[in-house]
This record gives sequence, C-alpha cells and structure tokens, in this order.
Amino acid sequence: MAAEFDLDHHTDVAWCPGCGNHSILAALKATLVELGLRPESLVLVSGIGQAAKTPQYLKANFFNGLHGRSLPVATAVKLTNPGLTVIAESGDGCMYGEGGNHLIHAVRRNPDITAVVHNNMVYALTKGQASPTSTRGFVTPVQVSGVCTDPLNAIALAVALNASFVARAFSGDRERTAEILKQAITHRGFALVEILQPCVSFNRVNTFQWFREHSYYLDDSHNPSDREAAFAAASQGDRFALGLIYRNTGVPAMTDCHSAYRRDNRPLFRRPADRGRIEALLNRKRT
Amino acid sequence: MTTKAHMPEDLSFLVSGEAGQGLQTFEQLMVRVFKLSGLHVFSYSEFMSRIRGGNNSTQIRISSQGVASCTRRIDIMVPLHEGAMERFRERITPATVILGEKEFMDRAYTGGGYPIVDMPLSRMAGEMGGQVYVNVILTGVFSGLFGVGQDLLEDQVRQAFGRTGDVRAAANIAAARTGYEKGSHLLRSGQALPVIERSDAVKEALLMNGVDAVVLGCLAGGCTFISSYPMSPSTNVLVLLARYAEEFDLVVEQAEDEISAVNMALGSWYAGGRALVTTSGGGFALMVEGLSLAGCIESPLVIHIGQRPGPATGLPTRTEQADLEHALYAGHGEFPRLILAPGTPEEGFTLTRHAFTMADRYQIPVILLTDQFYLESNCVVQHLDIPEPLYEHAVVETDPAYMRYRLTDTGISPRGVPGFGQGLVCVDSDEHDEYGFITEDAKVRTAMVDKRLRKLGAMQNECIPPTLVGPEGSRFLVVGWGSTFPVVKEALGVLGRDDLAFLHFSQVYPLPTRTVEILDRSQRRIVIENNATAQFARLIRQHTGIVFDGKILKYDGMPFLLEEVVEQLEALLERW
Repeated sequence: MAAEFDLDHHTDVAWCPGCGNHSILAALKATLVELGLRPESLVLVSGIGQAAKTPQYLKANFFNGLHGRSLPVATAVKLTNPGLTVIAESGDGCMYGEGGNHLIHAVRRNPDITAVVHNNMVYALTKGQASPTSTRGFVTPVQVSGVCTDPLNAIALAVALNASFVARAFSGDRERTAEILKQAITHRGFALVEILQPCVSFNRVNTFQWFREHSYYLDDSHNPSDREAAFAAASQGDRFALGLIYRNTGVPAMTDCHSAYRRDNRPLFRRPADRGRIEALLNRKRT
Repeated sequence: MTTKAHMPEDLSFLVSGEAGQGLQTFEQLMVRVFKLSGLHVFSYSEFMSRIRGGNNSTQIRISSQGVASCTRRIDIMVPLHEGAMERFRERITPATVILGEKEFMDRAYTGGGYPIVDMPLSRMAGEMGGQVYVNVILTGVFSGLFGVGQDLLEDQVRQAFGRTGDVRAAANIAAARTGYEKGSHLLRSGQALPVIERSDAVKEALLMNGVDAVVLGCLAGGCTFISSYPMSPSTNVLVLLARYAEEFDLVVEQAEDEISAVNMALGSWYAGGRALVTTSGGGFALMVEGLSLAGCIESPLVIHIGQRPGPATGLPTRTEQADLEHALYAGHGEFPRLILAPGTPEEGFTLTRHAFTMADRYQIPVILLTDQFYLESNCVVQHLDIPEPLYEHAVVETDPAYMRYRLTDTGISPRGVPGFGQGLVCVDSDEHDEYGFITEDAKVRTAMVDKRLRKLGAMQNECIPPTLVGPEGSRFLVVGWGSTFPVVKEALGVLGRDDLAFLHFSQVYPLPTRTVEILDRSQRRIVIENNATAQFARLIRQHTGIVFDGKILKYDGMPFLLEEVVEQLEALLERW
C-alpha cells in the first residue's frame, strides 16, 4: 500500500491492542490513497475521545477540537474553502451524545463532508460509562443497575431527516469498510458512516463476535433510494444492517445555497478586498 | 431641576406608544428627514420584549450641534394610547408641550398649567384609511413644525414605502402631507420654539447607529464569515450582515445554537475565513468553551457581545454594561485576549475593523463589547476613514516543513491555512508540540503556555489609548468605558468646569500602558458605569492599585440620562 498518508514521524498510538480503531484507520488510509487525494487538500476534523485521536495517526491537515463539536467546525471549513476534502471523525459519545444537536443540523444543512462515527457503544476514554448507543441493561460504574434507556438509532434518525447519504460498516471488515468510505467521500453532500467497533477494554458485551452475529450486509435487493426500505433496514432491532442504507440525491449541497458561491468557487481567503464597495455603502448612509 | 442641562438650541421630544403602532418606522423616517434637512439628530428607542401592546417610547433630539445622549427633559411629549404618559411622569414639567389627542393625555396635565396641543391623530389617520397612518402623520407634523422642506419629506416617505406598491406609497404621502399642514400651522401660530440652526455639513453626513458601525467595521476588517444564533440586542448585526451577504460575498449561517456558532467561526478562521460571532451575555456563556479553544489552538476570533441586563434572561431588550467581567474571565485556562468597547459610531467602525486586524495578527480572541443603547441609538457621523489597504491577511503560504506552533520570540507563529502551500496545518485542543501533535511533555507544555502568554507583551505596543475630554491633570477625573462616552462628554459641557475632565476607555483589556500615569495626575476619581458593581473600577484597581473615590452607577435597564450624570457629578464634586 502506498504510504501517502503515513506519518513521517514515529508516534505513540494511544489505542489498545485489538481496538477496532486500528482497522478503521487502515481502511481510511487505503480509501484516501485509492481516491488519489493529497494530504494537503484533506482536512480531518475530530472531537474528543479515542476515535477522535484518528487525525493524530495519519498525514493530513487536522483540527482536533472540542468534545462533540467536530461537525460545526467541519461544516465551516468546507464552507470557507470548498476545494478541501473534509472528514469529521469521532466516536458515538462525541457525535451522538455531546454533539447530537449538531448532527441533526449538519444533516439538515447537507454540507459536502463525510462524518465517520466509531460506534463501540461505550465511553472508553473516560473508562466505561454508558454511551447513547449502549444497549439496555448494560452495566457500568455509573449505570450500576444497567442502562434503562433504548440506544440512539442514529441511522434511523438520519433517514428520518432525509439525509443525503447514510451507511453503516463494521470495523472487522476492512475492505468493505473502505468501499463504504469511498462511496461516502465521493458523495456530494453530507455522508454519515457509522462504523460498528468493539471496545476490547470496556465493553465485554458488544464484542467482535457479538457484532459478527448481530450484523448483516444489505444485498442487491435493497434499493438505497427507497426511503421506506431504508427505514426498515435501519429499524431492525436485533441485527444491524451494513452497507449503503439510504441515499437521497435530491437535496442541494450546502455551498450551493450560499450566494458567496453562486458565481465564484474560490475559497474565501482568495477573494480580494474591495474598498470601492464599502465606500458605495457608506455613501448610501448619507442620503 | 432640569433647567441646568437645557441648552437653547436643542430640542427633545418623546413619542410613547404600544408595540405595533409603528414607532420604529416613525423613528427611522424622522431621523432621516431631520438629518437630510441639516439638523443634528439623535434618537433612542426603548421597548418591551413583546410584539404587540405594552408601552414603548422613542426619544428624538434635534440640535445645532452633535448630541448623542438621552435627556430626562422632554420638550414635546406625544402619547399614542391611554396610559402612554404614565412611565414618563417624572420627566414631564410645566415646560413640556403635550401634543396629541386629549383622550390619551393623563388628566393631571389637561386641567391647565401644562401647554397642550390638541391634535386628533387617530381621527386624522382614520380619515386617511386607518390607524397605520398615525406614525407617518406624526412625521409630517414634526417636519412641518421644524421647517423641513415638504419635498424632502415626501421624497423620503416615497422611498420608505415605495416598495410596498404605489397605492400604499401614495396613501402615506397623503398622510405625511396632512401632518405637515398641521405642523406648519402650529409653527405659524407662533408656538415658541427655539430656532435650531441647520448645517450643510450635516446634510452630507452619515446617519448611523451602533449596528451600522459594527457591521461597516466588519466589512472594512475583511469579515467573510458570520455564524450566529439570534439574541437581542445583537441580532441586528447578524440581520444587517445577511442583508449585505450577496453584495459583499459573505457567508452568513444561522447556527443551531451558540456552541455551534463559535465552533463554526473557528473552523472558518482555520480554513482562511475571517469570522465573526455576534451574541449577548447568555449566548456568550454558551460560547465560553469555544473561546478557550481559540486560546489553545491560537485561532483568531472576533466575538461581538451586545450587552443586556442579566442575570439569565434578565431584561432582554434593555441595556447594561454588566458583562465586562464575563468577557474578561470567561474560558478555562490561561490565554491572552483583547476587549474593546466603542463609545461612538466612529469608534465602533474603527475598533471592529481593528478587532479583525488584532485577532488575525496575534491569533487571539477579540471581544467587542457594546450594549443595547449603543447598538440602537442613531446619530449623525461626519466622516468615517476607510483605510487603504482595507486590511492585510496575516496568513502565510506553507512549505513542507511547516509547523503551526513554531516557537518564536514574539510568541506569534506564522499562520498557514490548509490548501495554501505544501505544508500541513495541524491544530489541537490538547496541549500540543510545534507541529500540533498531542503531547504531555512537561517542557513542551511550559514552552507553549509561555509562548501563548508572550503575545500579551507584543500587544501592549498596539494599545488603543484612552480618550481624554477636558484638561490634562485636572483635579477631578471621571472615568468611563464603552457606550457612556456621549452622555458623559455632554454632561461635562453642561457643567463647564475647568477642574473636571473625562477619561474614556475603548480598549478595556489589556489596560492601555499609560493608564496609571493619567489616573495618578488627578486627586479625585469617579467611575461611571451602567452596572451595579463598578466592574471597570475593579479591573483598574486590580491592575493598578488605584481606587475610585466616587461611583455613578445605573442598572435599571435604561441608559444614563444627561441630567442624571450632571446632577450626580455635581453632588460628588460638592462633597469634596
């Protein structure tokens, strides 16, 4: 594999051995190489958590911001320089918990970015509390009698919001994950990719084996343009559908809705200052 | 009581009505008409947080010289509904002319002793086609009363209502004409009015409020991106920038909340935008984590806070200067920031532009503190200086060895943006090394904290010095900041004492370098602030050890009235 996105320096990776993050990182790098992208034109945005450390481990521009806030940052980066490829990457706690409101509104805005959500159904970096996707009954040091809420189904939520691209992958299948990521990154509009991933240190319930047993790939009979079929695939309680679940090409990308990009696709910093326009405006305040 | 502040060539009138009676249209039209006829004009509206009913008022002053403060004195009072005079009783004197329909005047004033001009505004409006015409009739009355050219008035009414269709424009012009007739008649009938001199310079001048000033300053500062969540009284900055978005290539995004707004602004700066967020105290509270993020990733950021009274929802549509300490201490961790507080529209324009320059140059958050009074009051501005070049990007093209956080003597690392050059731009909210990678190395940590704080030193060379009104080294010194500039300046003019001066700060943090030296020259110092606890006095004391001898504070949600300042200053000076 080409080393285009490999770091030039040695780094001490903070992920546990066997963590699904390693496979996701490998799948992501393979996808970026296959797409012929360059590190200089790629921006990775993340929040806080173990998944959010991904940008530290590959060669690209990155903005590793606050817990839950990757999507507003990623949205604005794209809106400021549409020539950049922007990927927001974080975990289920960051994207669905702290940043849940931003996810809803990012879907509605439809910026041309990809959101990769590592879903291991637990808060790992803070050592094992429930996440919004933890299953009912999951016992933790905080949820001592077990989680008593249903897990957030972000895939169904995104379909309900008529998102432009909704997919799910499993970190155990590196190649198929890379294939899904490729479709997501090349999709013009907001692409949500949830990647199921075992946490080897803090989740003894949703293990590698458990995910294998509780997931299946959608076959050719699934039509991702069919919203009802997408709902059905997203709403199955016992098993997780993998692959492209829903695609809605009828919604304009965010930049298409901004007048600043109607005639001019240059990034904002490339546009010259225009003193004359301000003088004209001032003169209007005289009459 | 009020005579002292009464200047002969200055007239104040106040229209009191319900929300929905068109006071805003009246105010906008009236100030334009007066300005274009060559009169210095000032206006301020105070209103309740509701859409219909209640009681709101607009004060308009016309003068032969520039004024920009509210007076307690009301020369002409216009009540537009029953009970409309109730809140203004303390401000009505036997010298106040009460104009309008008798049914709306409090009985206390209609029994004699108060000059009354009975004018059936409702009936006149009814004859024109409905009560919506009251505001335009009134504009006509005042235009006629103060000798504005009828053509000018009708032209302005046409401009204001032209868009809504010719029929409505024609009806409004007719309404303005009816009012004008009435007003001219009053003038001819010899009601004694002071003659206010007109000036051609005023005709050519700019008519602005604080919102205009901030927005023009944004444009001159190269602002390209605005992400905000509506919150009074800052919303009009967002609204006006949205109106100019197409003309100025601005990206304007209404965020889902203030947390998103500030993070979007940081994302935009990171990618080469020049971003603004506009909010009020409560919204800023939600932005605080993002402010700290700006501190850590050394991102430029411009935050406009239009202050209103708190705590919590407080008085949503009213004014206060109580968020200085909020702006000063917000954000976890230690990092430099700059806080600016304009006193006039001229300063608002210059300082907003300066905010973008300083944010960009020092890679720091800059907070622009205004308030509802500052943003919503209109006045005449002779000139705004548009610099050439408008602004300079501090952004550099990166090379392959680029390090976003290179350690330098000034603490400022050259700032690259992704996609411009061959380097990579890596920013991290965790403590990071020179490349932007996470580190827990104690030496690197210390070096990064020192580097960030070192920028404060360089910033000291670019302080905006305070403005001194009056003699240097005066025995008594009044100190204020932000929006109190016009009222204190005018109060000093009224008092006319040669032992009293006014020092106004528009850069409130870091304190300008000569602060101690100037303050030390006076024997007695008085602070004036639109808050309850004298926050700026506390800031000065903390940084200089200088203690104030007197405080003039107001925190009822209203701006200082000229006479209040005059009387409270007199009372303090008498004591010493």
